[in-house]
Amino acid sequence: MKHTLSVLVENRPGVLTRVAALFARRGYNIDSLAVGRTENPDISRMTIVVPGDHHVIEQVTKQLDKLIDVIKVSDITKDEYVERELILIKVGADPSVRGEIMQIVDIFRARVVDIGKDSLIIEATGDLGKIDAIENSMRSFGIIEVVRTGKIAMVRGPKHEDAENYLSHRRL
Amino acid sequence: MAVEKKGMEVDGVGSVGDKLPCKKLVMNGAELVVKALEDEGVEVIFGFPGGAVLPLYDALYYSEKIKHILVRHEQCAAHAADGYARSSGKVGVCVATSGPGATNLVTGIANAYMDSIPMVAITGQVVVSAIGRDSFQEADITGITLPITKHNFLLNDVEQIVPTIKKAFHIASTGRPGPVLIDLPRDITTMEAEYRPDMELDTPGYKIPKMQGRDALEEIAEVLKQSEKPVIYAGGGILRSKAQGELLSLAEKHDIPVTTTLMGKSCFPENHGLSLGMLGMHGTVYANYAVSECDLLLGIGVRFADRVTGNISTFAQNARVVHMDIDPAEIGKNVPVDYEVVGDIREILSSLLRLAPEKKHCEWNETIDGWKDKYPLHYDNSTDIIKPQYVIEQICEVTEGRAYVATEVGQHQMWAAQYYKSLMPGSFSTSGGLGTMGFGFPASIGMQMANPDATVFNIAGDGSIQMNIQELATIAQYDLPVNIAILNNQYLGMVRQWQEIFHGRRYSQTDMSHQPDFVKLAEAYGVEALKVEKKEEVRPAIEKAVGSKKPFLMDFHVEREENVFPMVPPGGSIKKMIRG
Ligand SMILES: Cc1ncc(C[n+]2csc(CCOP(=O)(O)OP(=O)(O)O)c2C)c(N)n1
Ligand SMILES: [Mg+2]
Repeated sequence: MKHTLSVLVENRPGVLTRVAALFARRGYNIDSLAVGRTENPDISRMTIVVPGDHHVIEQVTKQLDKLIDVIKVSDITKDEYVERELILIKVGADPSVRGEIMQIVDIFRARVVDIGKDSLIIEATGDLGKIDAIENSMRSFGIIEVVRTGKIAMVRGPKHEDAENYLSHRRL
Repeated sequence: MAVEKKGMEVDGVGSVGDKLPCKKLVMNGAELVVKALEDEGVEVIFGFPGGAVLPLYDALYYSEKIKHILVRHEQCAAHAADGYARSSGKVGVCVATSGPGATNLVTGIANAYMDSIPMVAITGQVVVSAIGRDSFQEADITGITLPITKHNFLLNDVEQIVPTIKKAFHIASTGRPGPVLIDLPRDITTMEAEYRPDMELDTPGYKIPKMQGRDALEEIAEVLKQSEKPVIYAGGGILRSKAQGELLSLAEKHDIPVTTTLMGKSCFPENHGLSLGMLGMHGTVYANYAVSECDLLLGIGVRFADRVTGNISTFAQNARVVHMDIDPAEIGKNVPVDYEVVGDIREILSSLLRLAPEKKHCEWNETIDGWKDKYPLHYDNSTDIIKPQYVIEQICEVTEGRAYVATEVGQHQMWAAQYYKSLMPGSFSTSGGLGTMGFGFPASIGMQMANPDATVFNIAGDGSIQMNIQELATIAQYDLPVNIAILNNQYLGMVRQWQEIFHGRRYSQTDMSHQPDFVKLAEAYGVEALKVEKKEEVRPAIEKAVGSKKPFLMDFHVEREENVFPMVPPGGSIKKMIRG
């Protein structure tokens, strides 16, 4: 099963290396990892999608938690949350198929963001299911290149992190 | 301290009307390092100088509080700091220059990491602007040590020196201890900054595990009451949290036999009726039987390592398993447990002591005593040739189990663990996790520095001692009365034993009979030495060495092909030992 970990870390050089190295050293896989700063510029959030059974996830979480630069690890898999991923797809598109592609783009509420002589770049955001679907629907046209950001996620409702106190304290 | 001689005092910028004009203390980075180390109570540093740490050594030159021990190889600075930490409970400190100095520390840092030893390693680095350009003597030591430190820092701001050193000591010594490295670019150490010791520590991501599982403790007290055949399996965590007193009370009040891991050795007096000695691959028969037969296994400050458990699926098969440790990530990592308590071992044990009523386990202890009688540790001492076990028994007798012992790695290490009955907590240092040949001799230097009046022994193999033999110069220079006992079998004995048992006696590259004359070598360094080839000379040699109160090397020529037994073949059940 895939788990979504939301990890607050110090926004410092080397933190990503520490997190990535931990996964490599202990033999855990990463499906995707997205990182960016939070509302507090000293702190970043990593959204990490990890495949593994309960035992693996428990170890990953505990080992991550031991890193000094990691402030808080939450497994939000079972929480109510909004997830998004952004994808850029470059498809082969000679003029004869452009119309069909545009229709599909509309259905997915995606956008064409660049038009070349024989290709288009499509941008789409959505949950993983939608992103997978639009990628699949483009296959028959010939995908030249795909870039995906990896998933980011936000828990619904009021802020649930215990780290909130810390965040606001730091902001002062 | 440098302050008086070189530091500069200037009046603070406190505005008129401030109650007191605050005095600012301005120093250069190197002086700040030394001052911060002094503030941490550091008395000894093990190190080796070089270009990038020149300013630091200049500041050390003036320190009256810190004694610097000049080792002959940086690896030994780390191992000595490690031995110092193990035998004193304080943080060990080592220093090396950039590049090769720093990389020479790596084995020592990894060793401390595997055994959870509190250590602060300070390395020089090239100037900040030269980092990343493959400059002379540049090595990315924070990158290199990332997986073998509890944490590390690359400093790039002189203002951060004091708070970083504070953080480093805090992180190294609390929670599950471990080594912390501070990489110090040279130019940072020559810039000036105000000395501000009271800056607040800002480590929001560092959590010292608080005690969790009080409910579990009540359940454990209950199962303890019901248990007919309990065993305590005690590890290095007892020593790290200084919980030996609580362990002794628990064992005695509840009449529970205690087996220790290699790392836990010395946490429980080995002459005690409830002591089972070591368990696992080269553990005693009775310890392994007791663990296999028990109905309740109390794992305290342990990590269920593969050298202990053998085949995990048959380990303590009939028992309910309790695991207490400071590191939540250790719980359930290797074996599923029935009850877990996370936190400081000492705190956990004293809570448990309050909860659980006293109880006797006469029948169970009689069964165990039966095993002790039937399957004692044994070796054939009937020949004229010196047996390595005999040498260790004699060292133990002469020192009455009260020496500080550091071992190398190999057969002699296992014999030391089996036959040296340690009575004082923290008096036995050995490389348990990494298994580092060359650890023991420098570690014994650290133990001697921490315990100047104690009798210190390095129990060594002829192979291992040659890995850091150059430290003979160090013990000679500082007149450290370390006793080196080489159990010389002219083999890489432990590897040879495996070749004998698992590889059809093909002794590939393990014959070490081409070796120096250790006595002459020691004498060349200015260390008194004796070669011992007869059994009757063993004890007098040990007595002479201990009595000399000087550095002393003994080269015991022992049975070449003696094997360590009992032995559990790797991956096998610990119930099924080759008893020898
Ligand atoms: C640095 C290092 N290299 C290799 C080994 C593998 N090894 C383990 S025990 C051993 C033999 C040690 O020989 P010696 O010091 O003579 O001890 P003995 O087993 O003969 O008592 C070796 C080579 C090791 N543990 N450490
Ligand atoms: Mg040998």
